[in-house]
Amino acid sequence: MAIDDDLTYQRTSPSGSAIDKVGLIAEGMSAGYNGTAIVKALDFAAHAGELTALVGPNGCGKSTALKAMARVLPVLAGRVAVGDLDVHRAHSRTVAQSLALLPQAPVAPEGLSVRELVAQGRFPYQSLLRQWSADDAAAVDAAMNAADVSQFADRRVSDLSGGQRQRCWIAMVLAQDTPVLLLDEPTTFLDLKVQVDLMQLLQDTARAEQRTIVIVLHDLNVAAAFADRLVMMKDGRIVADGAVADVFVAARLEAVFGLRARVIFDPESGRPVCIPMAAS
Amino acid sequence: MSVAALPEARPGARVGWPVVLLALLAFAFLAHIAVGAKTVPLLTVVEALVAPADGEFDHIIIWSLRLPRAVAAVMVGAGLAVAGALMQGVTRNPLAEPGLLGLLSGASFAVVVTVGFFGLAAPGWIPLIAAVGALAAAALVWVIAAHAGGGSTPMTLILSGAAVTALLAALVTLVNLLDEQSFEQLRVWLTGTLAGRRVETLLWAAPWMLAGLVVALGAARQVTALSMGDDTAIGLGVDVARLRLLILFAVVVLTAGSVAIAGPMGFVGLVVPHVARMIFGHDYRLIVPTSAFCGAIFLLLADIVARMALAPIEVSTGIVTALVGGPVFVWLVRTRL
Repeated sequence: MAIDDDLTYQRTSPSGSAIDKVGLIAEGMSAGYNGTAIVKALDFAAHAGELTALVGPNGCGKSTALKAMARVLPVLAGRVAVGDLDVHRAHSRTVAQSLALLPQAPVAPEGLSVRELVAQGRFPYQSLLRQWSADDAAAVDAAMNAADVSQFADRRVSDLSGGQRQRCWIAMVLAQDTPVLLLDEPTTFLDLKVQVDLMQLLQDTARAEQRTIVIVLHDLNVAAAFADRLVMMKDGRIVADGAVADVFVAARLEAVFGLRARVIFDPESGRPVCIPMAAS
Repeated sequence: MSVAALPEARPGARVGWPVVLLALLAFAFLAHIAVGAKTVPLLTVVEALVAPADGEFDHIIIWSLRLPRAVAAVMVGAGLAVAGALMQGVTRNPLAEPGLLGLLSGASFAVVVTVGFFGLAAPGWIPLIAAVGALAAAALVWVIAAHAGGGSTPMTLILSGAAVTALLAALVTLVNLLDEQSFEQLRVWLTGTLAGRRVETLLWAAPWMLAGLVVALGAARQVTALSMGDDTAIGLGVDVARLRLLILFAVVVLTAGSVAIAGPMGFVGLVVPHVARMIFGHDYRLIVPTSAFCGAIFLLLADIVARMALAPIEVSTGIVTALVGGPVFVWLVRTRL
């Protein structure tokens, strides 16, 4: 599979640097633990300016796939690329300038302030020789503004609520200033209102800054309400991939999740919503 | 605004702390040299260090006895504190330190066996032998913890550290019983002491410990990233496996150097980094250097107490650090686990 033309475009990052390599592709990617493939020969592409949601039943391999795309796990076969950059072969710090990861349930060390946490996002741009710069400060401020955590800047992350904390983590990956963002179940354990706010933030970010955002979600309705594209996985393979309205149909929910549900459409947004039916 | 509230600035931008810590260190260092069986005025100490006079009795005491001991306290205190800080950051375990994770007993066991049993006592070899012992004990503790039910958690690490320490202590006692005479001199050393340090020992340990400190300072920024979890660190571009190896090297040589100089000095690596973290926040670019300063100051003060508390009898410095460290350990278990 070649990189389509629509994956390549010009974008200007918040700190002003032009980033022209975008889009994430995985070709024939197999990955798993201890040499056993959980994700099998996955072909996947995420596009710039879109929020792509990876969904599937527990154990389907969606988190494994995301971790492999983020090089937390090695690939057993195939490759993952951001533009010309081979995610698993290139220098890790170089990759970190193109691809950011928010892992599932990240830990903030005790006593770390919000600004310190967000500043960690600038790690890939620093070295012993190149220390903290005005660019870094600008990117951190921009990320904190975008994620709406500026008012907490000097508070400890551990003193914030779950939703506020998750916003801080999102600010950290935004500060990394990468064309591609991968997020592993960032809305788990949050109130519905907080989930909605977070998803809105991610959708706005994808569109306004032309970033490629891939997010693993387990709440189907949240995915259907905010994603631009839905990728459904089962048993380590992609079983459906496309526009939300095409993928999110009752027959497929039953086939993939074993869930009998009615799918109706929100008259306002036109987005599908599933309503589970009692077991027959 | 407190220091911790100024986040992304380079450590160098915060000018206050190096001056304060340097002043405290200088004071503790001079005071440590001044007090003793015959207390020397601070001014005489400075005079002896700056312009030593031949045949002056106080100056001879200071140069031959007290100065090496003060330098030893600085090296051991800084070395163990930095080793503890690195271990806590990399394992994300607030109780990690060379003593509780078995590295001190591994290093001292190796030294006891080679010195006491085989009579190999060339001071140049001691840091290397201690390093091998520390590394072996660390590996053993890690293997036991990794195979424990539930995997390697803060608790299983500490428990397997305790088990390995107990086993090695029993072996040391056994070797001791077999040959009491040659162990007479090692008995005090095994409680952690700064008494009777030979300058030669310090010189042999210094390059290793300096290398460990340089690695620690160079890797500090990556340790901060790793303290947020493996996945987050990888996402930020940290080569986690390489970083772990570097840190293991630094921890082992710092611990081994300290053991070669002063025997197993417990709890310094536990207490000091937590104090540094409370004052200076969570950035390891700050924690590593401030832990080095605070560790040196702490051990200088502890050694003053060890020499003065029951004068003219001298208490082992390791007993003083344990008396301070024990309560801190209990407090950490109650609040941080």
